[in-house]
Amino acid sequence: MEAQLRDPKIIMKLSKLGSFHQSKLSFLRSFLNEFKDWKYKRDLFNLDENGFGRAVYSFTKNNRTYSLVCFSNKINDEERSDRVIATKWDAAFALHDGIPSKKDIERLYKNVPKQEIGRLSYKELSLSRANKSIRVFKHVVESLSKGKQPDKLSLSKVGYLYRTTAVYGSGKFGLADRFRIKNRKEIYGPFRIEMMLVYLVRQFTFDQVNYIAKCKNPKNAVELDTNICRNLGIGNSTGLGMAPFIVNHPTLLNNWILARETSLKKIREIKLVKAFESNLFLKCLNNSLKNIRSWNSESDFQQKKINKLITDLKKFITFLQTDFNFDTEYPFNEIYLWCEKKLGDECVEYIVSMMMEPFNEIVNPLIKKMSSEEEKHFSIPTNRNISDLKNILEDKYSEIIKIDFSKKERNQNFWFISKNKEEPRIANRFLNDGSKLEQPLAIARDIKKLYERILVQKNSLTIGKFLTDNNDLRHVVRRAFIIEKFPYAEIQDNTIDSNLVPIDMLRLKLSFFGAVKFDPRSDKWLRINMFQGAPLPDELKSFDEHWVYNSLN
Amino acid sequence: MKSLSEIDTISKRASRAVGFSWGIAEEVGINNRLLEMFGLPGIKNLNYYLKVYKKQKFQNISLISKLNTSKIPYCPIVTGVNFLDQINSLEELGEINFDNIACPILFIPFLSRASEIIGKKILLKIDKNEFLLNFNQSIYSNYFNKEIWERAEKLKVTFMENKDLFTESEWKEIYKLSEDTFVEETDELKQKTAGAGLTDND
Repeated sequence: MEAQLRDPKIIMKLSKLGSFHQSKLSFLRSFLNEFKDWKYKRDLFNLDENGFGRAVYSFTKNNRTYSLVCFSNKINDEERSDRVIATKWDAAFALHDGIPSKKDIERLYKNVPKQEIGRLSYKELSLSRANKSIRVFKHVVESLSKGKQPDKLSLSKVGYLYRTTAVYGSGKFGLADRFRIKNRKEIYGPFRIEMMLVYLVRQFTFDQVNYIAKCKNPKNAVELDTNICRNLGIGNSTGLGMAPFIVNHPTLLNNWILARETSLKKIREIKLVKAFESNLFLKCLNNSLKNIRSWNSESDFQQKKINKLITDLKKFITFLQTDFNFDTEYPFNEIYLWCEKKLGDECVEYIVSMMMEPFNEIVNPLIKKMSSEEEKHFSIPTNRNISDLKNILEDKYSEIIKIDFSKKERNQNFWFISKNKEEPRIANRFLNDGSKLEQPLAIARDIKKLYERILVQKNSLTIGKFLTDNNDLRHVVRRAFIIEKFPYAEIQDNTIDSNLVPIDMLRLKLSFFGAVKFDPRSDKWLRINMFQGAPLPDELKSFDEHWVYNSLN
Repeated sequence: MKSLSEIDTISKRASRAVGFSWGIAEEVGINNRLLEMFGLPGIKNLNYYLKVYKKQKFQNISLISKLNTSKIPYCPIVTGVNFLDQINSLEELGEINFDNIACPILFIPFLSRASEIIGKKILLKIDKNEFLLNFNQSIYSNYFNKEIWERAEKLKVTFMENKDLFTESEWKEIYKLSEDTFVEETDELKQKTAGAGLTDND
């Protein structure tokens, strides 16, 4: 039996992409697996009684070391903001390539707390900052200093002590370019460096509360229970900054989605599933309801999604209990087809993610294929002709070229870069200024324009000659030839439509990061949690690979 | 030091800001990343060119021929984009000449990328300076100036044939030397150490 890869025209719709969940393919999980046999160490911990100062944490294997350099600063409550326009943070971090010298740490001290206006060097791989969740942080320190563990219920509502507000990498602000490290085996996976930074930051937050509590009350203070630590992650506030990324990196996007789709296809093609595999799937499923009930959001949009997910999962459990037998041939194919017919997108994608849990031999080789050498696909094949281009557009963008862009609603928004923070924003072109400086993110509109323009060209005309007079559409000509080879490279939706929900774009990327507990604060930004339930650094050598599902149980 | 990623992004945005299309601006971004990586002054020259671009007139070229002359300096970016787009037909010309081109440094990465596309080295002579463009892997040159190069009088592009840089006898000599790493095969070694049988026709 051969299952087909799912149709990009359905999968690449934003509402579908905005229903994706973390899986074994997610970057934070693959990072933990890759670094499980690295030596973890806290190299420096020099804080004052209030927890301000510096610390260094490292992972080492053979001759390679990665070090997180942390700076914890005093800021006033009114200065604390998660927005990208903030200028001060409770803590700032850089991931240094190697062991930082004293001189390096001094250099970083002068720059890292300044974030975007500081300068990093090729020796640094990632930069970040984070703010305390004040209500939780204070409560934890108070409790520990009195010799008590904090109230688990209060902790579970937030799920972290700190939340990061940006994590930068790949050459930003002078950081090392990707090409310098891309051939390192342990880094061959997207965002692995950034995941390492966030993971080590998480440990810093535990060490910091323990230390402050101890300073407050040296005789009676206790350390935060390791089970509680494990169930705390790192929060993250994410705005529109992430959205253009998935448009600007088409081959990378393709490789992420293709890995997910290939994994699903191969699992559906398994003829007979072993008992331990089906049991593992069922265990994750049973634990899911408890997990999902711990997802809090004040957003109606998200609450509806969570409720629908819970209802659908219950329906699915009933189906498995009453109408299904894992001894049947191709059981996961049957499950998938049933889900597609009976359940909403949110639940279908949740189950697709969960199906991967028992199948390391299918998933692990795909993880290695999730990076992309993007430059290799940059050049336009100008010897091809209009007929080729027309075929690509009619085949790969068939839904897009049906959109009527003469309607105001189809053209409502424009993407731009703000001058003060150089961050992406979206605005209404009919109400706000700035649309003349629109970023090239209205791919659907420009593809449609390209299609209309080539309809009046000779089929035999080469692309090279066509471009001579049509370079205004060069960026989408390039994309069309990319999507020809990379079917999941393009969002099959209109990113300037009045109905656009930008957080769908963020959710897609965050699900591949491995984030959980999506909590939209508007249609343009959301909070999430990373590494909640993950093993602690000194547990990495041997840990439950399915911790995402088991952590609260 | 600025990262190549920053160089790419800022070059792209600046090119767009003066009026190039996004697609062309993307090409300039990649190009300047290449120039700076190869040790050529990309940002310096682009910064200068974008400043004069709005004040002065530059010649845009569409179809490139064997000899291209203009009283107004050619725009290195539009010329480069068209060169890249027409590379498959230009290769047949063997040699292409341009008279009067602005900021020729900015033209170089287009040729470097063209060299990779056609799989041939390209020799570029700009006035008295030579650049050998090696499949976009490296640039070999006698030009070490790091300053702004405002204009070139003569620019000649030659497509190099794929041929060896050494003689057949030199190859034979070095091949012979390499044989000294081989073990002389006796009949016994032939019998016992080969993977396949002695006859392949059974």
